[in-house]
Amino acid sequence: MAKFRKDGGRGTPAISTASLPDIVFMLLFFFMVATTMREVELKVASPILPEATEVKKLENKSLVSYIYVGPPLIKYQKIFGKNPRIQLNDAIKDVSDISVWIQAEREQRDPAEVPLMTTALKVDKDTKMGIITDIKQELRKVQALKINYTTKKPVE
Amino acid sequence: MAKRPLQEINAGSMADIAFLLLIFFLVTTTMDTNTGMTRKLPPPPEDDKKEIDIKVKERNVFVVLINRNNQLAVEGKLTNIGNLCEKTKEFFKNPSDDPNLSARKEKSKYIEFFGDIKISAGVVSLQNDRGTSYEKYIAVQNELLKAVNELRDELAMQRFGKRFDDLPEAESKAVKKYYPLAISEAEPMEIK
Repeated sequence: MAKFRKDGGRGTPAISTASLPDIVFMLLFFFMVATTMREVELKVASPILPEATEVKKLENKSLVSYIYVGPPLIKYQKIFGKNPRIQLNDAIKDVSDISVWIQAEREQRDPAEVPLMTTALKVDKDTKMGIITDIKQELRKVQALKINYTTKKPVE
Repeated sequence: MAKRPLQEINAGSMADIAFLLLIFFLVTTTMDTNTGMTRKLPPPPEDDKKEIDIKVKERNVFVVLINRNNQLAVEGKLTNIGNLCEKTKEFFKNPSDDPNLSARKEKSKYIEFFGDIKISAGVVSLQNDRGTSYEKYIAVQNELLKAVNELRDELAMQRFGKRFDDLPEAESKAVKKYYPLAISEAEPMEIK
């Protein structure tokens, strides 16, 4: 006997998207855990950090001030040139501005915590040591002696 | 009132909401590296006091030079970076009391768990040119740090049967005193 069939009944059934939110939530949690909030807008090219095996995790992130060193981004190259420059907070500055900046950073913290403050250097690996040496001398002048060379752990 | 069947909440837009959040986090966050090598800079030279030359015998100074072509010289000889760690360890340990390697300090110092011990008087002097690349400099720093870490590990293994990182604080301090991280960075200069 002939049976009645609705039209299009033989087409492929729609893929269920019920698990889509679960997948997206999983991704969301991954990114929430693995990343940190962007603190500054980089004006120098995002430094490609050198690799080192003997690294330790930076403790007390609130006591760390960052100095970025690298060539300025292309849109800023007209003003600052192509040579590696240093970035303090949100602006490209000169080496001689470091002492003022360190003082400002110190005033934001509890006086008892000042000796524990660390300056982390995020330096592009192709930079020459000249500018680093200048930075180090400048930091010595203002007694900011704890420094940290930010380095990646090599992927095994 | 008539009982109405409970209506299910439509979860179709859940994915959209989650996507929105996901994209927000993708845009505002970065994968940050917060690992690094922590070092201490020497305090600035004081003007009113004349710089006191700390007399260090030549045999107690382990000179590491990196020139502008990123070549490495240890104690005046061109060296491959792979050998640096071994050489540094040998310099500090000096088991056979080689007169070319570091001597022990004349005064013995009391260290907890170890008793009175004459620790090595050796100092690593790291010098670099203004033209040295940062990558090479970090690689050398890393090798030197590795040498000290390995020495500390060996000592901790021998004395406490544990790795240095796993030691309790008092023991860890004692090991640190036994092998201090003696790296001096001279002012930059021209190295040929």
